[in-house]
Amino acid sequence: MNDGLGWRLIRLSTIAVYLFMFLPIVAVVVLSFNPQQFGGFPMEGVSLRWYRELAENQAIRSALSTSLWLGLQTAIISSVIGVLASLALMRFHFRGKQWISTLLVSPILIPEVVLGVALLLFLRWLSVPRSYALLLLGHVLITLPFVVLVVQARLAGLRRDYEEAARSLGANPVQTFFTVTLPLIMPAVLAGMVFAFTISFDDITATLFWKSAGTETVPTQIFAMLRNSISPEINALGSLMIVITISLPLIAGALARRFARG
Amino acid sequence: MSEAAVELRGIHKRYGDVVAVETIDMAVQSGEFLTFLGPSGCGKTTTLRMIAGLESPSAGDILIKGRRVNDVPIHKRNLGIVFQNYALFPHRSVYDNVAFGLRYRKCSKDEIRTRVREALRLVQLEAMEERYPAALSGGQQQRVALARAIVINPDLLLLDEPLSALDANLREDMRLELKRIQRETAITTLFITHDQSEALAMSDRIAVMSNGRVEQLDTPQVVYNRPTSRFCANFLGNANVMGGRVVGGEPGAWRVDAGGREWLSASTDTWRQGESVAVIVRAEHFQLDVSSVDGEVGNALQARIETVDYLGMSARYIIRPEQGETLELIHGVHHQPLQAGTWVRVWMPADDVILLPPGDVTALAPNDAARLSPEDATRLPPEDAAVGKGAS
Ligand SMILES: Nc1ncnc2c1ncn2[C@@H]1O[C@H](COP(=O)(O)OP(=O)(O)O)[C@@H](O)[C@H]1O
Ligand SMILES: [Mg+2]
Repeated sequence: MNDGLGWRLIRLSTIAVYLFMFLPIVAVVVLSFNPQQFGGFPMEGVSLRWYRELAENQAIRSALSTSLWLGLQTAIISSVIGVLASLALMRFHFRGKQWISTLLVSPILIPEVVLGVALLLFLRWLSVPRSYALLLLGHVLITLPFVVLVVQARLAGLRRDYEEAARSLGANPVQTFFTVTLPLIMPAVLAGMVFAFTISFDDITATLFWKSAGTETVPTQIFAMLRNSISPEINALGSLMIVITISLPLIAGALARRFARG
Repeated sequence: MSEAAVELRGIHKRYGDVVAVETIDMAVQSGEFLTFLGPSGCGKTTTLRMIAGLESPSAGDILIKGRRVNDVPIHKRNLGIVFQNYALFPHRSVYDNVAFGLRYRKCSKDEIRTRVREALRLVQLEAMEERYPAALSGGQQQRVALARAIVINPDLLLLDEPLSALDANLREDMRLELKRIQRETAITTLFITHDQSEALAMSDRIAVMSNGRVEQLDTPQVVYNRPTSRFCANFLGNANVMGGRVVGGEPGAWRVDAGGREWLSASTDTWRQGESVAVIVRAEHFQLDVSSVDGEVGNALQARIETVDYLGMSARYIIRPEQGETLELIHGVHHQPLQAGTWVRVWMPADDVILLPPGDVTALAPNDAARLSPEDATRLPPEDAAVGKGAS
């Protein structure tokens, strides 16, 4: 009875924290179905008007396609480099291994603004203009640590004797990688790809530094739109982003579980 | 005599400052079942991994079928390896696991199918083709691992403590099974264990290892009955090891003073009078007779049983002779072990009193504990000792 009050307080504060975190998101999603231009609560009906306008807005459509492509390419390049780097770090001994390992994950530790400015200044110094390729390179840079960390953890838990067994049976190192190692670390690789995609898809700080004048991603597009007016279209776009960034990891998780079962 | 299937020449392996294998020179005959036996950490796994090509020796040469293979990578050595945890590919069915090695050997689909079926039949798992490793028991996984290793017709089968992950009953079944399969396929087999009963039961020859060296390499009977070092005497079975001094005699009939009494030994080596020796008498070699007789003939002595350690099919007794130090004795038990306090007459044939150079006492100390562990004794029914004696 005595600690009943304490528990109730804890439960209350937990609920409050969750409300604080999720209410704004819920509000965005709900308001995206509001037909009025300057709508607030209470809503006077439900409509897909803003989604329709979104679909017709050329700038947003191109931003969305840029974001999706950029995310996909980032995910693929990051996971290929990440898997190779993790393999090198976990399966071979060489000089300066510790340094390379630290270097690879350091983008997580450096503030994105600093990273953004640094890469930009570096390329200015090399007199390379801003381009889509630069943006892609930057996104690979900031997502690589996540792939490396996830894949490395999986490799560390993968007993060496699977690979040794494959090699003893006649598979050369490359065959061993594709027939044994890769399938066994696939869940981690998929997870790394999803991380890379969502991070790239959501990123705004560094993207603002790296994108060339004509290119907009969804976050930079929202940012640009907010500077002019607060259109309910933004609610719809926000809801779309929420759906993509939440459903993707869920789908990937389900896929990974499927893979793991074989 | 055919050429050696495997030959190790001055093999040495160190990891930084740690010496894993001191030096090993030995040859394994074609078709032989050879066991590396030794306590944990003595370098068995390292030796096997060097033969497999999973580690490269710091010095020395490895020859397989007369060919130096130091620089041949593992996937070109044509070896079958069974790992301690089986290492079955979890994402592949039993069939695909067994077929794995054949896919790298230019076999037609039909040939692969025939050979996989045949291998699975050999290990009695025909019905399990479609299953995944996770759906198999430990014993079944073990058999799949074995099938996968032998289906490629390896020049050499390497097994690193393959039975240690199984429970006791299954382990004894698999022991027989493994031996049967090895006999049927006649593949030269190198087997690792720290379990002396496994080694004694399965091997054509045993290499007893300690501290990165092979202490003795011989048939199970010789290794058991005629240890060539104090380490071997202690590691296999239970032995009384006493420091002693040669009193007199000649090869075949020595008199030595040890443990407070005189022993007659049939050692054929030459010793000087007064020379220090280690006198080894196996606890299992004592003959025991409850009826007391007067006087002592040769190595006969009157003793009182001090403690009784009942082990099921045998019992371990600590006996105190009328004179001299206590001795350890193991004897078969039919229903009831003898009671503490009973006077018995025991006899030790001079043949079984082994004389060795006093040697390094340090090698002995850590294994005293192992030697006194009761389960070691249970694994050695006195019949084994009797068989051994007949042969020697
Ligand atoms: N990769 C390694 N690095 C450092 N030391 C090792 C390595 N592998 C084995 N050792 C050492 O070598 C010795 C022999 O090991 P091992 O061959 O595994 O013994 P066993 O199989 O007989 O138990 C041990 O002292 C062990 O600690
Ligand atoms: Mg070992």
